[in-house]
Amino acid sequence: MTLGIRSYGAYVPRTRLPLALIGGRPAKDGGPEKAVAWNDEDAVTMAVTAGVHCLAGLDRAQVDAVYFASTTYAFREKQAAALVARALDLPRQVRTADFAGSLRAGTTALRAAFDAVTAGSARNVLVLASDARMAAPGSPLEANFGDGAAAFLVSDSDAIATLDAQHAVADEIVDVWRSEGDPFVHSWEDRFVVQEGYTPRITEAVEGLLAACGRTVGDFAKLALYAPDARSHATAARQLQASAEQLVPPLFGRLGNTGTAFAPMQLVLALEGALPGDRILVASYGDGAEALAFQATEAIEKLEPRRGVSWHLPRRRAAGSYDAYLKARSLNPREWETGGDPGLSATIHFRERDDDLSLRGQQCRACSAIQFPAQRVCETCFAKDDFESVRLSDRIGRLVTFTFDFFFPTPEPPTIVTVTEVDGARIHLQLVNCKPEDTKIGLPVEFVFRRIHQSGGRPNYFWKGSPVPSVTDPQEA
Amino acid sequence: MANPENIRDKVAIVGVGACKFGENWDQSPSDMIVDAAYEAYADAGIEKPQEQIDAVFTGTIYSQKGPHECSDALKLWKPVTLVSNYCATGTDAFRCGVMSIVAGLYDTVLVVGYDKPKDRGVSGPSVMLDGVRDLPKTPAGWFSLCAATYFEKYGASREDLAKIAIKNHHNGCLAPKSFLKREITVEDYFKARIISWPFGLYDSAAQTDGAAAAIITRADLARSYRDDPVLVKAVTVQAGPNPQKDPSNDFLSWKPTAQAAKDAYHMAGITDPRAEIGVAQVHDCFSLTELLTYEDLGFCEKGSAKDHIADGVFELSGELPVNTDGGLKTFGHPTGATGVRMIYENTLQLQGRAENRQVADPKLALSHNIGGHPTACGIAILGNA
Ligand SMILES: CC(C)(COP(=O)(O)OP(=O)(O)OC[C@H]1O[C@@H](n2cnc3c(N)ncnc32)[C@H](O)[C@@H]1OP(=O)(O)O)[C@@H](O)C(=O)NCCC(=O)NCCS
Repeated sequence: MTLGIRSYGAYVPRTRLPLALIGGRPAKDGGPEKAVAWNDEDAVTMAVTAGVHCLAGLDRAQVDAVYFASTTYAFREKQAAALVARALDLPRQVRTADFAGSLRAGTTALRAAFDAVTAGSARNVLVLASDARMAAPGSPLEANFGDGAAAFLVSDSDAIATLDAQHAVADEIVDVWRSEGDPFVHSWEDRFVVQEGYTPRITEAVEGLLAACGRTVGDFAKLALYAPDARSHATAARQLQASAEQLVPPLFGRLGNTGTAFAPMQLVLALEGALPGDRILVASYGDGAEALAFQATEAIEKLEPRRGVSWHLPRRRAAGSYDAYLKARSLNPREWETGGDPGLSATIHFRERDDDLSLRGQQCRACSAIQFPAQRVCETCFAKDDFESVRLSDRIGRLVTFTFDFFFPTPEPPTIVTVTEVDGARIHLQLVNCKPEDTKIGLPVEFVFRRIHQSGGRPNYFWKGSPVPSVTDPQEA
Repeated sequence: MANPENIRDKVAIVGVGACKFGENWDQSPSDMIVDAAYEAYADAGIEKPQEQIDAVFTGTIYSQKGPHECSDALKLWKPVTLVSNYCATGTDAFRCGVMSIVAGLYDTVLVVGYDKPKDRGVSGPSVMLDGVRDLPKTPAGWFSLCAATYFEKYGASREDLAKIAIKNHHNGCLAPKSFLKREITVEDYFKARIISWPFGLYDSAAQTDGAAAAIITRADLARSYRDDPVLVKAVTVQAGPNPQKDPSNDFLSWKPTAQAAKDAYHMAGITDPRAEIGVAQVHDCFSLTELLTYEDLGFCEKGSAKDHIADGVFELSGELPVNTDGGLKTFGHPTGATGVRMIYENTLQLQGRAENRQVADPKLALSHNIGGHPTACGIAILGNA
């Protein structure tokens, strides 16, 4: 019965933007790139996928709180955690909260989860940190930012890592910000930001932590440090006298600065390679800084393999052009927008929450046929109102048929449209992470939560199919 | 199923009309309705519509104005009914008119189908979203879902679809009111861009505005209008649940067509459609839809269409000419108009008035629409009196 992190998961969008394309140069194989949430992805969908991986094999009915940390949720007023909980099909009585406003929100949510579990008011808290920040096209920040998500389950038992100490400092400084109504993040002169903001604060938090637990940097097997860029990362590491082996690679030029998810994704990387007894130091920054000390337990060796950062990183495809990237992020609205925007009825949204967000279908009690969506009369035996609701999102489906649609507005047509069967239920479903030439009748797919389109200024979420990854898979998709 | 005695040969067509189909920028829906209806009046010798017509049945799916568009255009102070049934809308308006006559309610009825998609400001298909989990809502995306499965099972390919496109482009050149009047070659077909695989530009119906009309009356009154009335042998509309989630759908055919064919043949007393039907207008919204329809209507065995296409069976000079006016391919598909436009063509064919696309002496003529996901099919069978 050890209290701590019981499981983890992560998500890195499959599409990578070669940084050369930003400057109008051709992309080179192996050149620097960043992960970008594509047009059907955002902080919510990435968090849901990381959450799915984190909860794999665990009983979702036991999750009693969801904390969602991000600076890039689509709504100013309306909660993301409740939407995420619905997509993850968590119990109705789940406690939900959003943590926002600072890149530190990811570790803050993690600390809040530990507080709740330690206090005994919750037994299993799912913590999600996810960001898809935008920088003005052509600005220096654009090449720096990347997108991704991390997830942790903090539990009162079965810990793979315990939290041994924590230390935080709050600070007011106008270094990096995004104001109301502005889609883009801005920053003050970077020398000021690093010299007066990041470097002194992160070292202050780490030194406070070391004092709190009576240890030295040398006691830690891994240092998972947030940094705004590669150079600051190196500076902070030098000041802390950390060795290269101790540092979790910050992944600039591969993943990019994932904002709120940065430090949490670093922690996932550290946990992926940790041995029992390994100490891990995590530090994050934003309007202050905070540091956490973890130690891996014996249980870490028994955790079923998770899809973490290392799993996702090699599964990539390069965006075809900078223009496609601009379209995917709606930075090129003139070419991208579809005619009228009808705006979807909120009451329909409401009625279909189970179908659309939780991907729940139903099983006929009379003939056992499974169908989607919920409907009154059985598709197979015509029995009426005699169904059991069943979750389909964690099952495997197969393609019944497909087409490649070149007219659906998307940055890089075609859209692969399928009829997918899952345990008998037929769903009209888009397929992602697959090339047309690999699209075959019978292809097994898993379900991924995506932003399917936008209407009336609001995002609409639904699921898509994605080929079941094979063990031999990590090549370009 | 319908009772054949109550419908077969009870109603006659005594006048047909259609406006020119196309990008009718300078015509309102009312203008097109007037073109079609007045041509039908003249065809039936009707001079005082207000006295000679008892009711109006109209079909449209794009109209912003609803049923009064027709009343207002024609200034008819008559009962009006607006029918909407996806691509079967025109055929369904016709069916409702026929039913009102066999029910004994009216003697003579005007049927008008029309639509004006070119007022929407988009040239391609409209990509609509009306559900939270909706996919690209283009008809091409729906109808292409049979391709992967059918090709895999029966070894057909785009080569076979090309022959249908070439045939329809050819026939369209011979129809005065068609929109596209251009012969195409196999090279043109394969060079064109893909819309929704396997459909390219030439597999797809054009987008046009259009209107068509028919005057129908009690069979026993028909000769007071014309010497060569055409009789309604059968008319039906069949529908079902969404095939995309139907667990028993094999994606090798569209079930509503077979369902409607069974009903229509029963009404008309047809047992060997290939031999008895002399000419057919079928719903070629996309080339594969026409191919599947050959089989689903029983013109040939399931899976064998490509051989019959290769033999030229469905060409103008073939054994069972299909889409003699070039079909949706060249007329486009102003949804409400299409079914009535097909009835217009079949009436001309049966009366021997189809000029250089005339089929030799057909006795029975079939028209067919399928639409929705597709979920609804309409069939009308006409014959000489
Ligand atoms: C195929 C389609 C996408 C083409 O539309 P588009 O790309 O906007 O084409 P445009 O209207 O800009 O026309 C470009 C040219 O191609 C021609 N053209 C348009 N549609 C054509 C078609 N279906 N077949 C052959 N030629 C066509 C036009 O006449 C025009 O030629 P021009 O330049 O010589 O005048 C459109 O016709 C379509 O959506 N068809 C399907 C309609 C449908 O779904 N109907 C419902 C069936 S249930």
